[in-house]
Amino acid sequence: MGKMLSSLFRHPSGRIGLVIIGFYLLAAILGTLGLTPHDPLKLFAIDRLKAPSGTYWFGTDLLGRDAFSRLMVGIRQSMLIAFASVAIATIAGTIIGLLSAWWGGLWDGIFMRVMDVLLAFPAILLALLIIAIVGPGTMTSVAAIAIVYTPIFARVVRGPALSLKQRDFVDAARTFGSSQGYVLTRHLLLNLVAPLAVQVTLALAWALLTEAGLSFLGLGTQPPTPSLGLMLAESRNLMTHAPWLMIFPAVTIMLGILGFNLTGDALRDILDPRTQRREA
Amino acid sequence: MTGLLSVKDLRVGFGQDPRANEVVKGVSFDLAAGETLAIVGESGSGKSVSALSINRLVDFGGGRITHGAIHLTRSDGTVLDVAKADEKTLLGIRGRDVGMIFQEPMTSLNPVHTVGAQIEEAFRLSKGLTGAQAHKATLDVLGRVRIPDAQSRLGYYPHQLSGGMRQRIMIAMALAASPRLLIADEPTTALDVTVQAQIMALLAELREETGMAMIFITHDIGLVAGIADRIMVMQNGVAVEQGEADAVLDSPQHDYTKHLLRAVPHFTAGKAVRNDGRRAEPHEPIVKVDDLVVRFPVGKAWFKPKGAIHAVDGVSFDLVPGETLAIVGESGCGKSTTARALLGLNSKTRGEIVTGSGHSVRPVQMVFQDPFASLNPRLTVEALLAEPAIANGQRRDDTLRARMAFLLDRVGLPQDALTRYPHQFSGGQRQRLCIARALMLNPDVVVLDEAVSALDVSVQAKVLELLVDLQQEFGLAYLFISHDMAVVERIAHRIAVMFAGQIVEMGEARAVLSDPQHAYTKRLIAAVPAIVRRKQRFAVDMTQVPSLVRPPGFEPPPAQWREAGQDHRVRIEDTP
Amino acid sequence: MSYVVQRLLTFPLILLGVSILVFVAIRLVPGDAITAMLGTEAGLLTPVQREALAAYFGIDQPIWAQYLRWLTGLFQGDLGISSIYGKPVLSVILERFPLTLQLSLMSMVIALSIGVPLGVLAASRNERPSDLVVRVLAMLGQSTPNFVVGILIIYVLSVFFGFVPAMGTFTPLFADPLASIAQLIFPAITLGFAFAASVTRISRSAMLDVLSDDYVRTARSKGATPMSVIWHHALPNALIPVVTLSGVEFGYLLGGAVIVEQIFALPGLGRLVLDAITQRDYALVQGTVLFIAFNFLVVNLLVDLAYVALDPRIRIGRR
Repeated sequence: MGKMLSSLFRHPSGRIGLVIIGFYLLAAILGTLGLTPHDPLKLFAIDRLKAPSGTYWFGTDLLGRDAFSRLMVGIRQSMLIAFASVAIATIAGTIIGLLSAWWGGLWDGIFMRVMDVLLAFPAILLALLIIAIVGPGTMTSVAAIAIVYTPIFARVVRGPALSLKQRDFVDAARTFGSSQGYVLTRHLLLNLVAPLAVQVTLALAWALLTEAGLSFLGLGTQPPTPSLGLMLAESRNLMTHAPWLMIFPAVTIMLGILGFNLTGDALRDILDPRTQRREA
Repeated sequence: MTGLLSVKDLRVGFGQDPRANEVVKGVSFDLAAGETLAIVGESGSGKSVSALSINRLVDFGGGRITHGAIHLTRSDGTVLDVAKADEKTLLGIRGRDVGMIFQEPMTSLNPVHTVGAQIEEAFRLSKGLTGAQAHKATLDVLGRVRIPDAQSRLGYYPHQLSGGMRQRIMIAMALAASPRLLIADEPTTALDVTVQAQIMALLAELREETGMAMIFITHDIGLVAGIADRIMVMQNGVAVEQGEADAVLDSPQHDYTKHLLRAVPHFTAGKAVRNDGRRAEPHEPIVKVDDLVVRFPVGKAWFKPKGAIHAVDGVSFDLVPGETLAIVGESGCGKSTTARALLGLNSKTRGEIVTGSGHSVRPVQMVFQDPFASLNPRLTVEALLAEPAIANGQRRDDTLRARMAFLLDRVGLPQDALTRYPHQFSGGQRQRLCIARALMLNPDVVVLDEAVSALDVSVQAKVLELLVDLQQEFGLAYLFISHDMAVVERIAHRIAVMFAGQIVEMGEARAVLSDPQHAYTKRLIAAVPAIVRRKQRFAVDMTQVPSLVRPPGFEPPPAQWREAGQDHRVRIEDTP
Repeated sequence: MSYVVQRLLTFPLILLGVSILVFVAIRLVPGDAITAMLGTEAGLLTPVQREALAAYFGIDQPIWAQYLRWLTGLFQGDLGISSIYGKPVLSVILERFPLTLQLSLMSMVIALSIGVPLGVLAASRNERPSDLVVRVLAMLGQSTPNFVVGILIIYVLSVFFGFVPAMGTFTPLFADPLASIAQLIFPAITLGFAFAASVTRISRSAMLDVLSDDYVRTARSKGATPMSVIWHHALPNALIPVVTLSGVEFGYLLGGAVIVEQIFALPGLGRLVLDAITQRDYALVQGTVLFIAFNFLVVNLLVDLAYVALDPRIRIGRR
């Protein structure tokens, strides 16, 4: 883990990505602890629609709330939802993909068909369907994104797991009589860390994007808790009068996604066997 | 003879600063028209990079010529310094004056174009032929490389052809331009021994017909004995010795050349076999295999298999402690499948495998061919060695650690290896690790599936020595799978020759090697390149490997054997 | 050939699975089924009327019987009645489908015609400035959600050009092609923006991989010109992963249309789903989700078949 982080830092895009993620995590933590410049929910009725200034760094919105503080909490929401949903999807998807590849045969067929059914829906659509049943909210967003991404992880794990199964060192383990658990964890899982790490980072980027989209439609985190997408949606009517209300949330969303994309790309470069071979 | 190529003090480097990362460090040689130069060296010697510099293909792999000149005399008589030529001029040389064939015929042909199209393109590029003319020229050249049924092959895609055929296509493409110089970069390394012999024979013939010069790159100094006029030996980017072929082979001057010549297993047709065989004393066999059959169903058409691949069709043999039985054959003969069946990695369709009562829970262990692939890259050496013991109930205690230390020492590895990872070791060292790991459970039988085939020649020799020592010390029985007769000669007490899933000849090593009886054994031995027989010409023989797919329910006729000596049986060949 | 057969056989199986999922999902909505179907008007029913309706709709049947009944209805084109529009769901869908289809196709055309050449160009100029510029732009593009792009486009157009893209109505392609395309051009750019960036990156990395393959080296050793190497030798091989990955991304186009139609107030299928959800028109939700999923599956199948056409190794087995 430490080795991965240090090589990431040396990689040009990795460095930028990590810095961005670092800042966002900081903002999220501060936002949760309430260490924001102003109370994000407080209405400063006198100072409505003020442009960015010394007091209100990113300006205020229609109800007089401080945009910067709201952004910080918004970031917290996005990060929370992203990490939670991706964590669930990773665990569920890895287990399904691994067992599917290892057992093969009928189980593989069943598991993969079920995954195919889930993948038959465009991602947003599946999320919308789930929200239609359960109703909008933070938890729903987590569940929706997790359910959408689980089959993708299953696929990502299954391919390499299948080829790992054929490798000589797995055969060797069979000749010793190593237990299935040992083979699955020490031989397969350990070697899947590389593609998984890349996919996790890219999933986080996508989760941020989707969460922003869902809250933009009003189906994500519900007010009064601030969320980035909702802030952007609310800014539409005031675009000409108060462009800062649109620009800052937009840039915040983009930068967050960019941070994870850059990190994922850098990871992919570092862990790609081709680059390793070229260096050899 | 007119000089064709003159390379002077060539230096080639890679990366951001090529001068600091030189792979070729000042190589010079001359080549006359019609002459064949063999560049010999092990991996990392810079031989391939030198060859790729002659047509400047190194540039595309990140290499730069940092110093030196490459003077090429073109067909119109002008002399060009390739090292300084621009890309436009180089386009005029590639595929015209200089042709090239590569090592891996599978990946060197474009998978989405038919072979006919690829050859026709070569004609278009070099001679400007199109349409019907190109088509006819392609058919002609396919005939010259002895591809049967050329007309129908034109529409084939590369993945539909065998390795030997693909290499012939590559040769045909290179010939299209009637080049003055053909560079062959390890063209036979990826091919079976008999196919290799065929391709070598073909190249020799074509050279006679066209009078082209050839640069032949290889790691196998024995292979070029029959084809090279001059030999250049490379080590670490420098040419340590070069001269007339006979001179270099018979009286090598440099230590490295001597070392290479010594390390390459010379095939002596049975004269150099081991004589510490134990079969004479009455011993209970430690492994007895009786009528082993392994079949893989193939091609399901509506739930009924269309047939089966008869990978192993009735193989029987036994092993005595302290003895090495070598199973020899080419790819697809079933030797690996037999080995895997012995270990339970393939399920057998039929047959008995009986292991005598030894002193181990798991009496049969295996060492695999690829030292890179048989060790989990994410585990430390300690974890890797401990795995077999832990899987069988031992705990990670001092006894275990003592055993690991002992075995590491026996295979010649330092004690601090325990904390390191596989990628920190060389190929030969990794194979030693695999051997140590195989011995952890104190087995009676070790199966060595092409265990030395992937190693460099000098490393190979050392590992073979180690294996023989260990066998004598621990009384191990070896099942040694290989395609390399010369290596087999060094380690086998007895030999079984396999072809198309069946054993065709089996017996004492000396007998089988010096007096082969079966037609296939004879062909196999005749194909082995050996320095001793360098004056012999390779005969061009086009036999193909038969398909192993049979309709369901097919049973081969029962084997009939005849004796040809005290411990030497031959399967009676079916009349074709 | 067996690959094609396999794909064609699993297709109906997956469709079945999708229908079951949608059916079960709707049944999971809290509240009873009558309310689900009739919305708020259900509150006005008497118990007798409720019972009669329950019998009529077959709600008192066991669930698998309901499913079969619904399925047979599907085959006959009956997806129920929309409570918002009071019309059969199928006809509502078919009215709005052409817009979404045209939007998606336009986005795809834009994305592919920009993305593939740009990616190939960047790969052929690897490590040089133009490559870096393309990579940075593509990375930024892929990190920009489509609603951000949409809002920015509207902002720029209104502030700098004083121009508001026509919203709310739609001229079908056949009636007036030019106007039709003009109406959808900005939404199509919005939708295709991220897709274009993605295609660029995929094309670039596929080309880079292919350019380092052995057969490219062979082509060069034959004296093939650099142009020929890229377009004749490398690209046909690079297209294979580009097609497969792009096919998967197309699904996101269909989904992304939801948000884009919302921003530009277009009367398309995506917006229909959204309205149906917010207004609790469950028959409509069911119908549109099913319809979109069906289209998505068809596209995936076509992509898989295209893959067969492109790669002779799949098309023809070994000797």
